[in-house]
Amino acid sequence: MVSTPTKNDAFQRKSVIAWGVLLALLAVAPFIGIYPVFMMKALCFAIFACAFNLLLGFTGLLSFGHAAFMGSAAYVTGWLVRSAGWTPELGIVAGTLVAALLGLVVGLIAIRRQGIYFAMITLAMAQMIYFVCLQAPFTGGEDGLQGVPRGKLFGLIPMADDLAMYFFVLAVFVAVFGLILRIVHSPYGQVLKAIRENEPRAISLGYDVDRYKLLAFVLSTGIAGLAGAMKTFVLGFATLSDVHWSLSGEVILMTLLGGMGSFAGPVLGAFTIIGLQDYLADRVGSWVTVIIGVIFVVCVIAFRRGFVGELIAWQKRRS
Amino acid sequence: MTEIFGIPLQAFAGQLLLGLVNGSFYAMLSLGLAVIFGLLGIVNFAHGALYMVGAYVAWFSVEKWGLGYWGALVLAPVIVGALGVVIERTLLKHLYKLDPLYGLLLTFGLALIAEGLFRDQFGVSGQQVNVPEALQGATNLGFMVLPNYRAWVVVASLAVCLGTWFLIEKTRLGATLRAGTENPALVQAFGINVPRMVMFTYAGGAALAALAGVLAAPVIQVTPLMGSNLIIVVFAVVVIGGMGSILGSILTGLMLGLVEGLTKVFYPEASNIVVFVIMAIVLVIRPAGLFGKEK
Repeated sequence: MVSTPTKNDAFQRKSVIAWGVLLALLAVAPFIGIYPVFMMKALCFAIFACAFNLLLGFTGLLSFGHAAFMGSAAYVTGWLVRSAGWTPELGIVAGTLVAALLGLVVGLIAIRRQGIYFAMITLAMAQMIYFVCLQAPFTGGEDGLQGVPRGKLFGLIPMADDLAMYFFVLAVFVAVFGLILRIVHSPYGQVLKAIRENEPRAISLGYDVDRYKLLAFVLSTGIAGLAGAMKTFVLGFATLSDVHWSLSGEVILMTLLGGMGSFAGPVLGAFTIIGLQDYLADRVGSWVTVIIGVIFVVCVIAFRRGFVGELIAWQKRRS
Repeated sequence: MTEIFGIPLQAFAGQLLLGLVNGSFYAMLSLGLAVIFGLLGIVNFAHGALYMVGAYVAWFSVEKWGLGYWGALVLAPVIVGALGVVIERTLLKHLYKLDPLYGLLLTFGLALIAEGLFRDQFGVSGQQVNVPEALQGATNLGFMVLPNYRAWVVVASLAVCLGTWFLIEKTRLGATLRAGTENPALVQAFGINVPRMVMFTYAGGAALAALAGVLAAPVIQVTPLMGSNLIIVVFAVVVIGGMGSILGSILTGLMLGLVEGLTKVFYPEASNIVVFVIMAIVLVIRPAGLFGKEK
């Protein structure tokens, strides 16, 4: 696992500059010819990966079923907006809440076991949610939920315009990122880190570890739901692949590749994987799965610290 | 015609038998998973992929190589076992000192690779493997017509499971294996080549998965996705049973197959999720699993 950056001043100054540059790049991206729908999709998955990293990187829990939460929120939001005529912002809030509620139920069951069992249980529960989505009448089965309108945000701003939509997604992304920074650096976040490093010790210090883990799980699944709800608006549909286990695997890869336990890692990982899939989709067919698999294997064998972890290690070696 | 709860007996018994057939596959796969996890500390996500490869070896053997079903029964465990040796020697052995989560992630990657390669070759549509001649037809038992092949699957996998149980619990080799699970350093000090034992254990688990694949090939559609669909259910089976006991794995597998079969009779919509629901209930009542030991 990668620890958070040291309190080294020079390093902090550098990372503040890096963040400023990154944010500026994101703000001008649609004006320098980068396809806005791609950027929006990548940002949604970056939110998703950040939510996942809150659990894996900062609490040490590997959920192998996170797609279920993203996907169910995508369905709920899509259905409410398209068929029940809700406004976008209410639909997004509802989707997020449903994902958090599902997270509460799944979390209550999954935190009864640790480590590898936790991963297997979340995978199994997510598969159950997948089958429910496959058979439920309102999800559209194999076809998915198509043609979700973007509508008007707060009844004022028409979101059909890609540029308006882009800045909305970017604002949500920045807000989520700030929220996660805040959570991790709060006293609560410090307890989560303690649980990650040494759970028995945290218990012996008197912390009710299960409650801390459960809250982390609910927060993470709620934010994953927010990502799914946003994604439905960006692309206009929710399908079974949003709740499928392969997406749960992809979000793990995004986090691992970028560097788990770092703030920037999941964002970089999400952009890399989404970019790669976008690029490869029409070119190689089924080989996308093979390539993703190979990246998985290479990451686990030789690149466990991810982009950000390697960068930090390189910085340390130099200084 | 006799009926049970308003269901014709023939249909009822047929579904139960189908459940038992599925349960045999769950038993064989969860057995291999448990043995591998015991010694290597790795949850082998690739187990489903190895099962799928086994089924494709059966298809090749019958349709292309002219070796037939019986040839596949020998060939598939050998080929997939050898594949297991390669995987263990080149990849898994780098992970033993790490968090077990990495083992899960690496084998997940391997499963994706296998699935992608086969999908590229065969698409997502299924291949049919014919039932071997000796096992075609059905026997009339009076209350039901028993397809011979399904009976063979249940008997053969039970024999394999019990054989594995005997090997591990009752022989000297098994005793060494169990000692290796408890304390590899000490076993190594007694002059036993532990790394080689680990390698053969993984190969053995892989061979079991391949054998299950060959047995399954004539009763299901052989597709690249068959493994990953099954492995998640098998994970749930393993959580329900607890990975502590071999007989426990076998019993849990068969039992859940039966429950699934029953659900298909009475409430087909829930048959996909019943195993997961049972898992949730078991976790609430007895978190260590039915046969697991609380650590």
